[in-house]
Amino acid sequence: MNRKNVPQDKGLFGPWHGINYAVDDHGRYTKVPSAGWAPQSIANELSWEPFREAAEQAGREFKNGRKSPLAYYMACHLMDAALLARYVGLPAWRVKRHLRPDIFRKLKPGLIRRYAEVFGMDTDELKRGPSAPEGPLPIRQES
Amino acid sequence: MHVPDPSDFQHGHFAHCESGVLVNLFNYHGISLSESLIFGLGSGLFFCYLPFIKVQGMPMTSFRSYPTGIIRKSAKRLGIKMKIVRFNNRGRAMAALDELLARGQPVGLQAGIYWLPYIPPALRFHFNGHNLVVYGKADGHYFVSDPVVDRPVTCSPDDLMRARFAEGPLAPGGKMYYPVEVPPGPDLGPALAKAIIDTRHRMTHIPLKMFGVSGIRYLARQIEQWPRKFGERRARQMLAWIIRMQEEIGTGGAGFRFMFAAFLQEAAKMLQKEALDEISEKVTADGDRWREFALSAARILKRKIDPASGYAQARDILMDCAAREQDIFTSLKKAGF
Repeated sequence: MNRKNVPQDKGLFGPWHGINYAVDDHGRYTKVPSAGWAPQSIANELSWEPFREAAEQAGREFKNGRKSPLAYYMACHLMDAALLARYVGLPAWRVKRHLRPDIFRKLKPGLIRRYAEVFGMDTDELKRGPSAPEGPLPIRQES
Repeated sequence: MHVPDPSDFQHGHFAHCESGVLVNLFNYHGISLSESLIFGLGSGLFFCYLPFIKVQGMPMTSFRSYPTGIIRKSAKRLGIKMKIVRFNNRGRAMAALDELLARGQPVGLQAGIYWLPYIPPALRFHFNGHNLVVYGKADGHYFVSDPVVDRPVTCSPDDLMRARFAEGPLAPGGKMYYPVEVPPGPDLGPALAKAIIDTRHRMTHIPLKMFGVSGIRYLARQIEQWPRKFGERRARQMLAWIIRMQEEIGTGGAGFRFMFAAFLQEAAKMLQKEALDEISEKVTADGDRWREFALSAARILKRKIDPASGYAQARDILMDCAAREQDIFTSLKKAGF
């Protein structure tokens, strides 16, 4: 790739740049910052699709009382029960049970706190669940 | 080793986290080497396609050697002694970091990218093999030099701790590392030869179809069957995953192929071997083909091409990449590597 052809399609990196290695007119390699490349953005967008769908579905299921708020926040953090279980140090089958609203409601405060800590949120917020669950994924971003 | 001062730390912006972290750490300790040189010395170039191992539900595909491989190998070949420590206690892991910072020692950390707030949201998946340098602490914030971002950033202790103790595949387990013994002016000649031979062996001598050049052919054969085997939708997601591994997460373009070409160019100069310059050109051409593969895949993802011919075209390009890489490594062997 010649350094003149390093793509500058603004995309995933926000304010940042990715570094590409490309040759100059004398064939010598140099580092060239790239704002992004269309195929890269297309591939990345497509990878979010299943996660977005999972979060939306968990939001709907929370709303109609079929899943606990934990299921919604788990999906928002792109986790499945197995990964969340590693974070709280529980076996996955227990986390799966906590996705049921009736069982979640009876959880001890200590356990709720452990879940809330993983998501970096307030225990009351976790117990209450989202008010507008279909919104975008509430991933913490740089403020 | 000279006594360091954190304000001396210079942040360099690089393609790949592991090689970039090392350039910045070594530079601080008075050894200035390029990223491509460290990448090559660490035998970073690789390929594997392991469909039976799933990463976020997708077949594991890698264009580079296993995580921390570049750190371990390049440091060893340069005669630099690294201290690498893991922790099972968060508090102790943060205290150990603080203690090193107080002594003026910048520290490399393995981190889960999902928890790092300065990373653009689109890139924040659960990927735990990221690397960064922490080079200071003030006002309750860490000074972070993440080689894949343009400038140094800051990170709160809470966010940094989460990233250090991310869970799942490649969990960092609080891993931190730093050079403890840096010999001045290492002899690069034998190190370069060793590194190139190692790369060639790993690309052509692993007798399993999933690794190296055979791995590229294996992926090529599989790709064509994806739409039939998994359905159009899943096939597109799997294809998107390959492109992300190749282009998105700090490869320097074309799944590290361009960085390897840059390395061979430098090695040619240092060893005064013109043959390596010619081979470097071949690697560049191979990288260009990988970029064409990404473009061809993007057409499938955007439904701009009939899937049957699209996947067949993708297969053909991959087969060509495999043939080119076979030729590259044969040429390297002929040149004495």
